Amino acid sequence: MKTLRASDDPRADVRLLIHPFDPPIELAMFISAHPAAGGVASFVGQVRIDAGADPVEALELRHYEPLTLPAMQDLADTTVRRFSLEGLLVVHRSGEMTPGDPIVLVAAAARHRREAFAAAEFAMDHLKSQSWFWKREKVGGVWRWIEPRIQDYDDLSRWT
Amino acid sequence: MSLKLVFLGRLEDAAGLPEREVEAVASVSAVLAGLDPELAAALRADKVKLAVNGMLFHDLDAPVLKDGDELAFLPPVSGG
Repeated sequence: MKTLRASDDPRADVRLLIHPFDPPIELAMFISAHPAAGGVASFVGQVRIDAGADPVEALELRHYEPLTLPAMQDLADTTVRRFSLEGLLVVHRSGEMTPGDPIVLVAAAARHRREAFAAAEFAMDHLKSQSWFWKREKVGGVWRWIEPRIQDYDDLSRWT
Repeated sequence: MSLKLVFLGRLEDAAGLPEREVEAVASVSAVLAGLDPELAAALRADKVKLAVNGMLFHDLDAPVLKDGDELAFLPPVSGG
């Protein structure tokens, strides 16, 4: 299993994976590694199972090695410092996924719950709008690239 | 003597492949002049960013290129 890993702030654990992962297992290990935290807030993003007329058959994320992981690490370091976290876990998939597959796991461990909730949301809003991933979907056997959503930029403006 | 061009996201479709090598030239304009005009226009589009060896440039004319450089053309990201 190939794991691309970088770590600057020792409280931030950031991973970019090109193989499937199991969020409950990662979360359990993260929680047990941070006994000093009063709370852990987590978010899992997954490929939607689409029941519409033209369901998405597969989703692919592409990354660019020299930029993607370093930028994720910078975001994690910023998040840890801004919310005084005990620990932050960011696991993000790249490559081809099918409906039901986890895409991203963010977990924030803090002394108190407010920082944990806010940090997880802050990290997700920035990951969604600013991280170096390009997405395409396969519908009816045809791949097409997905353009950015305005909503993602709006989500970001809440933090400035 | 060559440069490596990397096309991310939808630019891969415009280029017909994810990456290619071109002969080394000193400027990005010279690189673009050697490409298919339609592809060059797509790479010059407003929201496309350029990274040379992993360093971002907002001005396409800024970097001075040398043999072995990797140029990545980055359209707007579409989120995880």
